[in-house]
Amino acid sequence: MKGPLLVIFPHPDDEAFSSAGTIIQHRKEGWPVTYVCLTLGEMGRNMGSPIFTTREELPKIRKHELEDACEVMGIQDLRMWGLRDKTVEFEDEEELSARFRSLIDEVNPATVISFYPGYAVHPDHEATARAVVRALQEIEDSKRPEFLGVAFDRRTEEELGQPHVIHDVTAESEQKKAALFAHRSQTEGLLRAIDHAENAHVMELLQRERFYHYPFS
Amino acid sequence: MKSIQPDKIQHYLDEHVATPLYVHVETTNGAYATHNDPDFHNAGMFIRNANIEYSIGQIKGEGPYRVGLKLDHGWLYVEGLTDFEQHGEQLLLAGHDRLGRLACALHMDIKPLPQGASEVESQ
Repeated sequence: MKGPLLVIFPHPDDEAFSSAGTIIQHRKEGWPVTYVCLTLGEMGRNMGSPIFTTREELPKIRKHELEDACEVMGIQDLRMWGLRDKTVEFEDEEELSARFRSLIDEVNPATVISFYPGYAVHPDHEATARAVVRALQEIEDSKRPEFLGVAFDRRTEEELGQPHVIHDVTAESEQKKAALFAHRSQTEGLLRAIDHAENAHVMELLQRERFYHYPFS
Repeated sequence: MKSIQPDKIQHYLDEHVATPLYVHVETTNGAYATHNDPDFHNAGMFIRNANIEYSIGQIKGEGPYRVGLKLDHGWLYVEGLTDFEQHGEQLLLAGHDRLGRLACALHMDIKPLPQGASEVESQ
């Protein structure tokens, strides 16, 4: 049984890689999806191949890509918070967490998807994960939405074990590919890999989405 | 962006001596360098909209290029620059690797470069 879904990530494309299939499934069943994207990935390193943008133009391009991806996934409520890429961990964590808490109260999701703290690799991912978990921690057990944490550090399986939730998104894999492709400034290399090889890692990315529950105390 | 034409860059630098400028300076290996190769020591920096003035500004090298700006109380130095783009008073210099990934950047403008909320609003 699903319900309203709240997705919180720091960079345009984080949602497509980790959760596009899950988001599409929610929308197919008619549930509302709210996506809060904290930054525009302004500090991304890929400028296209061949190069088609600049550091100054990148936020505009990534904003359009994000809007396109949301259209592909059917997300009807996209919110861009205007923080700057790479700086999320230097914001006031308590303030950010309080903002997430108000957001959760407003959206009243059955499920929240974000990164899993400690296993999210990028400092912006970790900062987002910490603030989301902190906001959820404050909610009493019986009222807390389900949290699906995205973990992809190399230590993940060794330390957290197998994912607690695996969504088979094979039926949504074409749409997921389209969502990834919408973020073209960041995903061109990957998409070439998809076209050239039925590489196991890529197939896994397109067909299965893996999440961990967090042990709230 | 286009490949750096040193004469054009030098002309801009000469024209902006003793002019208050907002600069974005950056070096990066990408956020995933250490994730992709655990032995890689990742380092990077950026400063956005620092306000500077210089008395001497020069571009040197045969490509990739170096730019040095002699400031009132120090220096600004960037190496590895390959490409440029100019929009009026705004000059963007960037260094890209063979895969087109940004490695370094030096942007200069007479007014602050946009960020945060204004980037969200921008079309």
